Amino acid sequence: MSESSEYSESSEYSDYSKTINQLQNMIFLLLFITFFQIGLLGFGGGYSMLSMIQAEVVTRYGWMSTGEFADMVALSQMTPGPIGINSATYVGYTSVVNAGYPVWAGFLGSLLATFALVLPTFVIMIIISRFLLRYKSHPVVESIFQGLRPAVIGLIAAAALLLCNEENFGNPSTSPWHFWISLGLFLFAFIGRQVYKLNPIMLICMCGVAGLILF
Amino acid sequence: MLELFITFAKIGLFTIGGGYAMIPLIKQTVVDEKQWATEEELMDLIAVAQSCPGVFAVNISVFIGYRMKRLPGALMCALGAALPSFFIILAIAMFFSRFRENPVVASIFRGIRPAVAALIATPVFRMARTANINIYNVWIPIVAALGIWLLGFSPVYVILIAALGGYTYGQLIK
Repeated sequence: MSESSEYSESSEYSDYSKTINQLQNMIFLLLFITFFQIGLLGFGGGYSMLSMIQAEVVTRYGWMSTGEFADMVALSQMTPGPIGINSATYVGYTSVVNAGYPVWAGFLGSLLATFALVLPTFVIMIIISRFLLRYKSHPVVESIFQGLRPAVIGLIAAAALLLCNEENFGNPSTSPWHFWISLGLFLFAFIGRQVYKLNPIMLICMCGVAGLILF
Repeated sequence: MLELFITFAKIGLFTIGGGYAMIPLIKQTVVDEKQWATEEELMDLIAVAQSCPGVFAVNISVFIGYRMKRLPGALMCALGAALPSFFIILAIAMFFSRFRENPVVASIFRGIRPAVAALIATPVFRMARTANINIYNVWIPIVAALGIWLLGFSPVYVILIAALGGYTYGQLIK
């Protein structure tokens, strides 16, 4: 009697721990699937990916809180590297550690999420590269690019214009110091690059030092 | 091969604020210094990378790597573009979760952000010359930029419309 109750208890326990184990192991599979999907459907670069990541990671799976997500967005923008890669790495690590795993598993999670994000585009870009290199001088491809080139100029201009906002430059009436210094640094970098052909990496470092001193 | 990796690792390390911040760096190293691609090719590449899903910076590095050294080259460049940020973010996620509130970091980045905007703007004029922008087609980049900036159009649609326009124009003059 006592033996059988013990048996049933332990089997119940092992069932329970098995489901927990399954659920927790699922997080690696789900991380992979989620970021593979985002990599495959993430048209329009980092910012459109961020909203997809939020929908999946925060709203659907609850791997991260809204506050953690906001921190991650700011961090991805502030640190070097593509925003998509930055956020996949951060989410991969944080989700796994939040689920109660040790640090090394978090490392695995960040590796998995980043790999899953890059994989679909890598394959697509290889196929496109082969196609482009082969048919570059085909008249149809040529005329398509004839139309694309002027539009790309507009695209780059828009990317620069979109960065000229209050978040990056401050406001002339509420934070005049921030605004005028930012404007000065903008002109310094623009003229340094456009007129004096200074190295962009050097300009970024110089403006970073200027920011440290002036702000 | 190692040169490909190091070049893109350097570009990845100094790309702050997303894919387009990479363009001035790529233009400087890949087009001007190493001459792995022409300015015209870079422009075509931007259009292709923008209309593909995924990480813009990785898309560009995969193409240049593939062109130089086929599949191994593409792998090297993609790794180079991704690895520096991977380790930086990992270190931050592990040790400095309060990184953002650090006043030193915050003021450095306040200084960098206007510079990034300026650096993205600089290739526009040189590239306009390469793309043969003249009085008849100057409306295309202006409409594209204003549509994206003020009306919030997706760049993907702009690319699709421009490709369709180029194709139709090519058929008409033939």
